[in-house]
Amino acid sequence: MSVQVNASPGGASVSRARVAWLVAAKDLRVEWRSRVLVNQVAPFAIIVLVLFAFALDNGGVVDDAGVGRPVTQFVAPGLLWLAVLFSLLIVVQRAFAVETSDGALDALRVAGVDPGGIFLGKAMAMAAHLLGLEVLLVAGLAVFYDASFGVTGAVLLVTTLVVATTGLAAIGTLYGGLTAGARSRDTLLPLLLLPVVAPTLIGATKASEAAFGTGGAALREGWPWVGLLAVIAAVFVAVGVVAFGPLIDD
Amino acid sequence: MVAVRRYRLRSRVPMEPPSDPPPARPSPELRRSSGEFDRSTSDRSHPSRQPAPAQRVVELHEAVVVLGAFPALAGADLIVGRGEILLVEGPNGAGKSTLLRLCAGLLPVARGEARVLGCDLATRRAEVRAKVGLLGHANGLYSDLTVSQNVAFWGQTIGATPDEIAVALARMGLDGRLGDLPLERCSAGQRRRTALACLVARRAELWLLDEPHAGLDAAGRDELDAVLREAAASGATVMVASHEHERAGALATRVVRVIAGRIEESAT
Repeated sequence: MSVQVNASPGGASVSRARVAWLVAAKDLRVEWRSRVLVNQVAPFAIIVLVLFAFALDNGGVVDDAGVGRPVTQFVAPGLLWLAVLFSLLIVVQRAFAVETSDGALDALRVAGVDPGGIFLGKAMAMAAHLLGLEVLLVAGLAVFYDASFGVTGAVLLVTTLVVATTGLAAIGTLYGGLTAGARSRDTLLPLLLLPVVAPTLIGATKASEAAFGTGGAALREGWPWVGLLAVIAAVFVAVGVVAFGPLIDD
Repeated sequence: MVAVRRYRLRSRVPMEPPSDPPPARPSPELRRSSGEFDRSTSDRSHPSRQPAPAQRVVELHEAVVVLGAFPALAGADLIVGRGEILLVEGPNGAGKSTLLRLCAGLLPVARGEARVLGCDLATRRAEVRAKVGLLGHANGLYSDLTVSQNVAFWGQTIGATPDEIAVALARMGLDGRLGDLPLERCSAGQRRRTALACLVARRAELWLLDEPHAGLDAAGRDELDAVLREAAASGATVMVASHEHERAGALATRVVRVIAGRIEESAT
């Protein structure tokens, strides 16, 4: 049996899409084996929802139609996205801790793996993790906050979740890569990331309010916010593909 | 009992005839002459012992690498030819790891000239990386994946086929049940073997190894030495930074010492 080692001049070229798929599959496999999302992040997100419910469960509010409702129902969409943002911090830190604990990010750099592909792969895996978490959180809203929506509201909500999560995953991956090499990355990441995701938080909350009909909000009011979320997502995906290489290099 | 298998490494591309075999132990001092790098007093000063430009894999001239404000390499001169196994010795903090990371395209050159595999490191660092395999102090592995999943991932990133990945696993004795073991349950030596299997799967032209024998048992060390010799025989160039002079010295075709950021040919 002979072994073929060495010297493929110039290195074999692997497409960006293939690299993205490999990295995403690897990250999902890592999660499947470690269960950090299931055992740590999901319980954390649910605890955040429950604590908010305890903190805000102190009376009611009269909506535009003159109907009295508990405060928690009014704030449910915003709390959904706050819980997602807090969880995002953990997901991003975990995603890059996997890469830096044994020098794998360095190894990816030296292997000449397309950084745009690495960015897309990590963002895809992160988006998948967040979407799973958001399904759980929406169920939690129904239980703890008595939130509900119709079929058309569901279409808007699902679209909002997908588009906003794409943007959050792109931003999270970009800033995760930026802080991956920093000694104080655990404190630096929230400081840098949270202000940048503020527009996504606002847009996603407004769109979700329309989906839930919070405070009498009409469904059509949500779609322009979805458009804004799509623009944010597109911008950060494009920036990430271009900038991720120099970011992890420096 | 572990069965140690022997394989023959074979290059994937036709190699140029080794017109200039590197000398076993060239000695001191480097000199620059007419824009080329020459050795004035060593065996290499003789034109027939100097690697032809096309055979030069690493060429450094007065290369300076600054880490923070500290010049980790302070005017390093080095030429390494194709097929050489170069042992890089030196005390802790002398700049051995920095030299390897520079050659891997991970560090910028602050001053001087540096070319690796024909690419100028000042402008084409990214191109070098696809052709180089670096094994540093860290293994660059994912502890939540199994041994075979790690090797498969690193192999696939350069387009290795499943057969090539299987061969890499077998070459480092990681086929069979060991391949299915999660890396977090592996010993330090098994992790090191896995990292080396990833390197084999990557088919690098330039192998840069920082203390590669660390953590390996006697059989693993023999196996590693055999892999490196076969890789060099098939046209790869190997640079090994090590404190284990006996082991790595027997493997090397040439030895250099890094002292205070400068490189000197070693007579031993």
